[in-house]
Amino acid sequence: MNEMPNLEQASAMTTSKISANNVQVYYGDTHAIRDVNIEIQPQSVTAFIGPSGCGKSTFLRTLNRMNDTIDICRVEGTITIDGEDIYNAKVDPVQLRAKVGMVFQKPNPFPKSIYDNVAYGPRIHGLARNKAELDDIVASSLQKAGLWEEAKDRLDEPGTGMSGGQQQRLCIARAIAVSPEVILMDEPCSALDPIATAKVEELIDELRENYTIVIVTHSMQQAARVSQRTAFFHMGVLVEEGPTEDIFTNPKDKRTQDYITGRFG
Amino acid sequence: MSEHTVSAYDQELTELAGKVAEMGGLAEKAFSDAVSSLVSQDLELAKVTIQKDERLDTLQQEVEVKLIEIIARRQPMGQDLREITAATRIANDLERIGDLAKNVAKRVIAIDSDLQSKKLAIGVEHMTELTLSQLKLVLDAYTRRDAEAARRVQEADAEVDAIYTSLFRELLTYMMEDPRVITQCVHLLFCAKNIERIGDHATNIAENVYYMVTGERLPEDRVKMDETTFSA
Repeated sequence: MNEMPNLEQASAMTTSKISANNVQVYYGDTHAIRDVNIEIQPQSVTAFIGPSGCGKSTFLRTLNRMNDTIDICRVEGTITIDGEDIYNAKVDPVQLRAKVGMVFQKPNPFPKSIYDNVAYGPRIHGLARNKAELDDIVASSLQKAGLWEEAKDRLDEPGTGMSGGQQQRLCIARAIAVSPEVILMDEPCSALDPIATAKVEELIDELRENYTIVIVTHSMQQAARVSQRTAFFHMGVLVEEGPTEDIFTNPKDKRTQDYITGRFG
Repeated sequence: MSEHTVSAYDQELTELAGKVAEMGGLAEKAFSDAVSSLVSQDLELAKVTIQKDERLDTLQQEVEVKLIEIIARRQPMGQDLREITAATRIANDLERIGDLAKNVAKRVIAIDSDLQSKKLAIGVEHMTELTLSQLKLVLDAYTRRDAEAARRVQEADAEVDAIYTSLFRELLTYMMEDPRVITQCVHLLFCAKNIERIGDHATNIAENVYYMVTGERLPEDRVKMDETTFSA
């Protein structure tokens, strides 16, 4: 019996999609993320919650090296995806970001047609040999993003002409088009109305079958609805991580308890 | 526990807990009055006890309305979620305790004569004392958020069941000895069964208090001591 936890831990280590160990993030002199350790499971949704400025978005951005674009930002510790260190000098950040796609808070389609928005990634990564293959990728990405029926007759129209919810699903289709394995979502629904939010949440639930999804959200109800595991961040520290139902019914840490029940000072 | 950022939320939770506490007091009183009226054949007290049950029913409905309102408006999580689900379940148990007490009071009116033998009442009184103290302890545990006290209440329920079993046998013996007391004894037997059920509701409350405080389920490994189902 005593050996069980070890075995469990060992199997968790081998089945994790993403593994972060002692991750520190600094913005200049500010120590924004402290000693974060987390195992993220494949084919599941992990939600990061916490008050503004707690570091959840900063940590999310370390997972596809988006912080590289900020000069004063420094990341320490190790983050591996499928056992490979993504901060290794040999890793091409552009390739990494194709494998680890991202969807942002505000829908940000390119000022191009719906078709070109989705085709953009496959083109620059050379994923299609001809127009027919590219058409297939665009169609299947839009289908996976649940946008095909609404978009198929207006592929030449600008993506920016769609509704907010459609634009966000277009951004998800754009991320899917380069065949990522992981999709990071930074508050994907905060600019959407409840119906568009429900559609995105339904989509997240479907995508979970084929992708590893990490979502940052300010809405605890959303975290409770869409995720299998939830991680609570506070002041740059990962306070608690566990099955979503446990975090929302019986959190272990007082800080988590205070946050989810709305008692934060 | 510190206060919510939204103070109206605190008020709603306090109001809910207050209603449950009021129900606890009423249920306790109804139970002890019902048994007093039985032992002393006090018809007036029995009638009053029956009338007072209405207030418990009203409060239980109010608790339910409040619960739905809080869920709709606040989407409670964690401790708050456990607290309001426990409050509603406890309110249901207390409402049932009220019904069982009312049923005892109704039997006082049905018996409408002095008990043939004081002996008959002694067992019921003893059982009542124990069950009533269980109910008091568990209601205290609820107000004090005391999981350990709740756990002890759950454990002690076996004793109530054991007394019920022996009382059942005793009443059976009286009925065999003297058929004239059968009507009274059957009423007393139902009263005893009601009291035993009140004990079960106190145990349910204990389990809910434990869950509310700790977030863990109380293991239900106690041995069922009520053997009447097998001996009957």
